This record gives sequence, C-alpha cells and structure tokens, in this order.
Amino acid sequence: MALEHAEVLRAAHLARIDLSENDAAHYHDDLGRILEMVDQLQALDTEGVAPLAHPLDATQRLRADEVTENDQREHFQRCAPQVENGLYLVPRVVE
Amino acid sequence: MHDRTLTEISQALDAGEISSRELTQDLLGRIDRLDGTLNSFVSVTADQALEAAEAADQARARGEAGRLTGVPLALKDIFCTQGVKTSCGSKMLDNFVAPYDATVVEKLKAAGTVSLGKTNMDEFAMGSSNESSFYGPVKNPWDLDAVPGGSSGGSAAAVAAGLVPAALGTDTGGSIRQPAAFCGITGLKPTYGRVSRYGMIAYASSLDQGGPMARSAEDCAHLLNVIAGHDVRDSTSVARGVPDYTEELSAPLSGLKIGLPKEYFGDGLDAGVNQAIGEAIKVYESLGASVREVSLPHTAYAIPAYYVIAPAEASSNLSRYDGVRFGHRCDNPEDLIDLYKRSRAEGFGEEVKRRILIGTHTLSEGFFDAYYKKAQQVRRLIRQDFLDAFEEVDVLMGPAAPTPAFDLGAQKDPVSMYLQDIYTIAVNLAGIPGISVPAGFAGKRPVGLQILGTHFAETRLLNVAHQFQQATDWHLKRPEMTEENS
Repeated sequence: MALEHAEVLRAAHLARIDLSENDAAHYHDDLGRILEMVDQLQALDTEGVAPLAHPLDATQRLRADEVTENDQREHFQRCAPQVENGLYLVPRVVE
Repeated sequence: MHDRTLTEISQALDAGEISSRELTQDLLGRIDRLDGTLNSFVSVTADQALEAAEAADQARARGEAGRLTGVPLALKDIFCTQGVKTSCGSKMLDNFVAPYDATVVEKLKAAGTVSLGKTNMDEFAMGSSNESSFYGPVKNPWDLDAVPGGSSGGSAAAVAAGLVPAALGTDTGGSIRQPAAFCGITGLKPTYGRVSRYGMIAYASSLDQGGPMARSAEDCAHLLNVIAGHDVRDSTSVARGVPDYTEELSAPLSGLKIGLPKEYFGDGLDAGVNQAIGEAIKVYESLGASVREVSLPHTAYAIPAYYVIAPAEASSNLSRYDGVRFGHRCDNPEDLIDLYKRSRAEGFGEEVKRRILIGTHTLSEGFFDAYYKKAQQVRRLIRQDFLDAFEEVDVLMGPAAPTPAFDLGAQKDPVSMYLQDIYTIAVNLAGIPGISVPAGFAGKRPVGLQILGTHFAETRLLNVAHQFQQATDWHLKRPEMTEENS
C-alpha cells in the first residue's frame, strides 16, 4: 500500500505534531520504506488466526472499587509547566 | 574492585574488605574520570548515592545486611526515580523530575542497593545504537568508534567499562540483549509480566520488559530475585511466585537439549560472529548437552509485525506528552492545538516522530485491519513457532545480533537499522525470556550468545548461562579503560 503525501500530513495532524511541508516530504520517504517492509506481512495467510494482544493471553484483572490512592495533586503538579489554584493552565479554548 | 562481579562485591562488603561508602566514592571517581568519553550517564546522583551507601554501611553494622545491601548500580533513565530527573533520553522530559519511584526502583532501594545515577539510552527506548538520545551517543568501551548497541546502551557501556557492576535495562525488541552482546556483558530479558512495568516509561506496553545487565549470569540471578514479582500497580504483571533464581545455577547440563534455529544462521550473519557462536555450542556439547537444528518458520515476519505493533502502541503511549501536565512546552502558544503540535514537534526527536507517525497511520481509519490486526495474527504464529520448538528442545541458542557492534554513524537508513534486531525481536512478540552472554570476539568487538527459553524459564536460562561461564572466561574479559585513552 503506497503512502500518499497527504496521509503523512493527516497522521501528523492526528498525532498533534507540527510538520512543515519540507519535513513531511522527508518523512514521506522514510515512512514509505518502512511500510514497504511491513507489507511483507500481506504475503502470509492468516485466515482464521486469532489476533494476539498479550503474549500470555492474559485478560484485564478487576479489583474492588475502593479508593487506594491519596490526593497528591500539589506534589504531581510541581512538574507541570503552568498551574494556578490547582488547575493546569492552557491557552483559552472558548472565547 | 571496579572489575569485580556484583557477587564478589557483595562478599567483599560482607568480609569488611571495603565499605559501601568507599566503593561508592571509588566508582563515582571513575565515572568522573572516564564518562566524559563514554557518555554512558545522563545524570550522576552522587549525593543520594553517598547517603544510601552510608545507610547501607550502618545496616550492615547492625547485622541487617541482605545480599545486595551496599552494592552500587545504575538505572536506565527510563525508570522513574523520585526527586531525580528521568529523561528517557528525550528533550521532551529533559525538565522532568519524577514525582514517584518505579516499583523496581522501590524494590532495589529496599534491598539496600546504591544507585549511582541514570544511564543514557535511545530516545524513549526507540533505537538499536543509542544514537537517538537527546544527550548524544554513547561509545562502546571496547572500541570508541563503535556503538554500544541500544536502546540500553548507557547501561551496557557503564557495566562493561567498570563504572558500575550492574545496571537495569529494558527490552522491547532486543534493547537489553543486543547492547549486552555489543559490550561483552550478560543481559537478561525476563518473561513478559515477570517484572513490574509500573514507573517504567512506556514505549510498547505489550512488549516492554525490564531486566538486569551485569557481569555474570549469577549477578543477573541475584538482581532478578529482587526485581521480579507481581505488582498490583501493573495489571500486566503476573501473579506468580518468585523462585530463588540462584538455586539451580550449579545444576549440571548433561541431557540438556539445545535447538539451533536454522533461520538464525542464515544470510547476513557475520562470519566472526558465526564462528564464536559455533565455538560456544561446542562448549555446551562438552558439558553433556545435545544439539539439533530446529525451525522457527515465521522468523522473517517478526520485524514487519514488530514495526506495526510497537509504533502503534507507541503512538498511543506517547500521546500523554501534551505540554500541559509535565514535560516540554513550547513558547507563546497561540491556541491549544498549537501548544500540542509545537510542544511535541520540539520535544520529540526524529526517530520517535517517525514511529509515532507510522503508528498513527496504521491505526487510522481504513488501515487498522490491514496492518494492526494482521500483525497481531502474525504475532500468534510467531509465538506458536517458539512453543512448538520448546516441545522438542529445552533451550534455543544463536547469535544475539547478526554482526558485532557497528561503527558510530554507520547505519543511516532506518530500515537497515531495524533489520539489526532480526534475532531478538521475535522473542518480545512471543513474550518469552532471553539472555545474552559473552561468547568471544569478532576482531576486537564482543560477540553475544543468545539463549532462549519458554515462558518463565528464567531459572533454566540462568543455569545454562552460568554453566557456560564456569567453563569459559569470556565474561571476565574487560576492555582497557585507562584515563590516558579517555
């Protein structure tokens, strides 16, 4: 499956990574070759094979719905770029 | 003292030959003198180390010392350590001081070990050469023109150079075993789920596994004893008892059935590596093991499957770096989207962006079945290859990498770099354990013998590796690291 230039830009937007037209051309090249390598998978017949998501086929464990963590907001917000009154600050979203 | 194994250091501490404080100071001095050249550490935590060493010496004086009390080591900079910068080799986390300890860090502290610092690595563990680190490449102590391997290249180089007797690494596609091979040390990737991933910065969550890198299999066994075990904070860690991994180290190997996957000895295998591995297999035969050829028929599909699954998981895991809660934030964002996009464009390096873009593309609408689902189906076939082989043999053996360490800057094309992991990557897809042990040299660069076992066969792998190290002295070879050549 050949990769379109527009698909690189779409992936960059979905991944929220700023990419100039120039950068996109460079990545288009690399990603195209990686996908070409990946396309070898298509040669293999996998009809009826169940996908494997976890190497030990484990399923998600459940636990009692109880509070197990203390409130450590201040502690965890110490590594944030910008906080005020316990809130993370970002540029205004709604005018 | 700097070239002793962790086991020997533990005995020297017990015998009062040296205190943990003296040893820590000695190694900190060595790091200071030699690491300017190697670049194996991102952060050296001298004050915390000396404090921990004092506490260890006091515990010993009170008669409360365990096997690892006072033993110095280092941590790959992927493990969160409270109050210490935890960068994951990325500009994105250059300003990140972890607010908590990873479970394995907590366990190593409780065991009385003394961390000297955080080791360099490929950015977010994405790489096979340590060249993608924001902090610059690490050099191989055996040959300063060579890479140390990756992504746990700093840990491997630090152990090989005698800066620490042991270090923790992580392995998503070979990142413990390949650098261990390139640097001539012993590195164990445990079974997926054996060691908690809590606080270990995620790359590809269904593949990532932490493990020990040290000078001998015996040292790895002692470290695994401490770090293995179930953790309620990691839902993928396995609720299964932890045996004493040192108990079977001395078991004789007579009757051991070794399988040599024919796909691991094909085209592209360096002649020097092939010869060293052949010699190692002969050693096993002399120890009473039998050897036969086996086949892992889907080997060729492991790298393609990995480069769908790992980037897909990475694109999801790395979406947490948004410039809002922690990590790098761009200057003067115009709006929220601009904040996300520029923070991430500035914070991530090229290889990380490449994998995020691949993962985002393959998971996007219209491509999921062709890529992700297909790769997961192939993953099952790859695991089945191993399970079938372990019906016939006890362990598999082969080279850890197709070549010895390559030159810095030699692998310019991402795909050819990816192909370096041909012998290690399938192991992560299958979730089985693997160990690399020093098995000679190709020129002046070390060769690693990879030994694989079925799920939870760590005891057996360590036994098989240890017996090799009783019969050979490759693991005792040390590079010449003098202050003059640094």
